Amino acid sequence: MIKGIQMDLISEDKLNGMTSMEKVRLILDEVRNGKILVLETGLTPSEQTKLIELTMTEIAPDDFSGIEIESYPVKQSDTFLNKLLGKTSLKTRLTVIGPASQLKTIKKDRDLISAFVSTP
Amino acid sequence: MGIIKRLGLNFSWFKKLFKKRKARIGIYGPPNAGKTTLANRIVRDWTGDAMGSVSHIPHETRRARRREGVTIECNGSSVTLDIIDTPGLATKIDFHDFMAFGMTEDEAKRRAKEATEGVIEAVKWLDDLDGVILVMDATEDPYTQVNVVVIGNMEARKLPLLIAANKIDLPTSSPARIHSAFPQHPLVPISALEGQNIDALYQQISEHFG
Repeated sequence: MIKGIQMDLISEDKLNGMTSMEKVRLILDEVRNGKILVLETGLTPSEQTKLIELTMTEIAPDDFSGIEIESYPVKQSDTFLNKLLGKTSLKTRLTVIGPASQLKTIKKDRDLISAFVSTP
Repeated sequence: MGIIKRLGLNFSWFKKLFKKRKARIGIYGPPNAGKTTLANRIVRDWTGDAMGSVSHIPHETRRARRREGVTIECNGSSVTLDIIDTPGLATKIDFHDFMAFGMTEDEAKRRAKEATEGVIEAVKWLDDLDGVILVMDATEDPYTQVNVVVIGNMEARKLPLLIAANKIDLPTSSPARIHSAFPQHPLVPISALEGQNIDALYQQISEHFG
């Protein structure tokens, strides 16, 4: 049997069908179970702050020290309709989340996230 | 005595309606970026006081502190702000990291607990601000998640953001790296500790938050 860490890649469609709280709860539950999650479209800025807030309430000595989360900076969505209406909307991008004790970012820039994953 | 006073009319509600509220500016950033050093520098320069203690151990600031009515004068114009020095934002807090600085296990656990509460407080403050000074350590990689989250939140709320690329007194600092990462926001390279280029920061503060 292969031993290792489970990695779940969650599609944009699945994320779009969830509320903010459902996303945050799912992420924390899965990460606390030792999974690494890759979200196709990431989280909105307000969802990210919710996730940080909830993570802080769950940190406990010798049990859970928090999460490692890495995403590319959000992009301004400049569609023709948005330009016409004078609106700007933000496009969230791919995000990787895992337990802080197992996932460590090595390098990150605008278009590359390089991370190291260790077994528990 | 004016006719309005003689008639006993009270227009305080009218004044309140049109009186511009002082802008609330939060100083944000990851732990050890120099947020409290900068807050102390600003408050000391314009009021003569200080805001909080600083330390090389992360999460020294674990409660947000507000200093009201700090008036910054620059090139003949002035701006009055409420300055909020916030605890460092983080996604992980491990008490073992504090023990590496010589703390006992109990002290480290207590600091970690307070630090988690501080992060929550800093996140909550985002809802009550008119703008942010994001302090980044110019010797570090600018693409940290904390920076991405703060910038994303300010952009989503359409609130002004000013980047203070701190620690330019250190030889490995590179404000240019920060500018290329987030070119859409104004940036001022500073040393909050040495006071280097701090007048340029005041100029930008008065332009963006006035």
